[in-house]
Amino acid sequence: MKIHEYQAKELFREYGIETGEEYAVKTPEEAVSAAEKLGYPVVIKAQVLVGGRGKAGGVKVAASREEAEEHAKTILNLSIKNLPVQKVLVARAEKIEQEYYVGFTVDRGKKMVSLMISAAGGVDIEELAVSSPEKILKLAIHPAAGIDDSSLGKILGDIFESEQLRRQAREVIRSLYRLFIEKGCSLVEINPFAKVHGDTLLALDAKINFDDNAVPFHPELERYWNREEFSENEIKAKKAGLHFIGLDGEIGCIVNGAGLAMATMDIIKLYGSSPANFLDVGGSSNPQKVLTALKVILSIPGVKGILFNIFGGITRCDDIARGILMAREQIDITIPIVIRLIGTNDKEGREMLSEAGLSALETLDDAVKEIIAAAQAGDK
Amino acid sequence: MSILIDEKTRVMVQGITGRDGSFHALAMRDAGTNVVGGVTPGKGGEDLEGLPVFNSVTECREATGADCSVIFVPARYATAAVREAADAEMPLIVCITEHIPINDTIGNYHYIKEKGLTLIGPNCPGLISPGKCKVGIMPVKIHLPGSIGVISRSGTLAYEVVHNLTKNGMGQSTVVGIGGDPVAGSGFTDILPLFEKDPGTEGIVIIGEIGGEEEEKAAEYIRAHVSKPVAAFISGRTAPPGKRMGHAGAIISGGKGSPESKIKALGAADVPVADSPEQIPALLKERLQGR
Repeated sequence: MKIHEYQAKELFREYGIETGEEYAVKTPEEAVSAAEKLGYPVVIKAQVLVGGRGKAGGVKVAASREEAEEHAKTILNLSIKNLPVQKVLVARAEKIEQEYYVGFTVDRGKKMVSLMISAAGGVDIEELAVSSPEKILKLAIHPAAGIDDSSLGKILGDIFESEQLRRQAREVIRSLYRLFIEKGCSLVEINPFAKVHGDTLLALDAKINFDDNAVPFHPELERYWNREEFSENEIKAKKAGLHFIGLDGEIGCIVNGAGLAMATMDIIKLYGSSPANFLDVGGSSNPQKVLTALKVILSIPGVKGILFNIFGGITRCDDIARGILMAREQIDITIPIVIRLIGTNDKEGREMLSEAGLSALETLDDAVKEIIAAAQAGDK
Repeated sequence: MSILIDEKTRVMVQGITGRDGSFHALAMRDAGTNVVGGVTPGKGGEDLEGLPVFNSVTECREATGADCSVIFVPARYATAAVREAADAEMPLIVCITEHIPINDTIGNYHYIKEKGLTLIGPNCPGLISPGKCKVGIMPVKIHLPGSIGVISRSGTLAYEVVHNLTKNGMGQSTVVGIGGDPVAGSGFTDILPLFEKDPGTEGIVIIGEIGGEEEEKAAEYIRAHVSKPVAAFISGRTAPPGKRMGHAGAIISGGKGSPESKIKALGAADVPVADSPEQIPALLKERLQGR
């Protein structure tokens, strides 16, 4: 789960990390009154769940009431990477003397949470990791021991020039790690972690991603959920217990299991077409899930055919067949469907389908070739 | 022969009276596995169709001599269950449960590793040595006893590959589902040495997917240490970057975890990568005959 900068900063302040005074607002009028309270110049920043807002014109400095109103109006009318800007954050435009970077993420290789810190902050850290990896210092953290004090001291000594800054940075890093663990994060970042007024460090931007598996254990995070993180179809599918991701190809697919679902997409591409979506119906799927899956896929523009690929383990093939038959009664399906059923109760499933005039294939490659041929025939 | 589990393995089930735990405890027993009992706290003294139920892993282990525990408890209690098995010094712990927070799994991983025990999973189908022992949820009938070792991050994709191997008369020594989370108890490089050493394994299939760098590490390990033929399949070639493809671990992010990087690394280790799971038997056969 991703959250906005202003939401992440709320959590920062809860953990004693200084962000400076600022206001998240929805209208140009509110932006002006926030700016008046803060005093000029102010910075007005689009609140969107994607990166690259600066390049998209979503961050502007205003030196007067008129500018504040104009910039807020412009930014609130923007869409950045297809996401409409619904809120802006108005903050005092600090004179930044140096930009640092501080973040925590999961190091999959080391199987530990890792601290990343750099004196070259303010830029895209993923780009920095490629162009000058030596500028990012890392410290892997043993989950039982926590942050090792002497290793941290050494890193801080390499990054910050004064004891005053090191002391502040140490406190922020410890608080940020506590937040990371206590709230079930998968990423936290302060970029820039800025030096202002000679000796003060402020978190002038904030990014937090929560581990989707941890969110259910943190009811206090519910209020941060942003509907725009997902498309309507993704939300519909999620509610039905399906994992769905919309793509822009022509073959819709309904598969059990994430790995098999990805492989099905890949094989559709291999035989010359393109997948319209990723959809995992999960284990022990009931007929209702199949119905929802079909409805979601039929609502994607440009879908020319639907492929079912079910390898029954926990999932029972007769359940899937029942779902397909139920769906056929309830919705008008005008595009071709090809079904591949194998595994638990496949014989029963195939019999049910053939009685209803539908055929089910046994091998994946054959099924993919058949749906592509059928979809392209329907195209002519 | 096989790795990790065989006909002598004494399997216990954590969460044995739950919906999934009870179903699979009996299914494992039906498959010929030596299931010796299980645990549900507060239900000690009961039994599940003749399988004794205990209050704790330690009690169960002492009474039954279990040397492998398979965990079916919900995500909320899974970390406590994993730690309890580790505290009872269970040599092999298999965690089927999905949706365990990553930070919990990181803690569990190091806790178990430092005790010298083995964890398979979480978020995995378990493992099977066909004809001998099944610890997990996979359908038995697609398997065939034989000499191909399989390691997979995905459950159903492992079924797909196993089905194709079996159809081509290529049985399996052991099939290990290592799971789809970003951090797994055992990775490709933990299981590969076991297959390399196992005299009953002649060839190996690894089934990877986008996300992380485990396949690249596996390729490096194979190049340096594996003499047996290996074939691979990598799923997610059409996955868009930045999207989590069902598995928590299946995501291309920060320029890492792309299929191209994995396929390239495996190619450099002379491991053929199939375009479709259907091609795996032929690729492996070719390598086995070429030896």
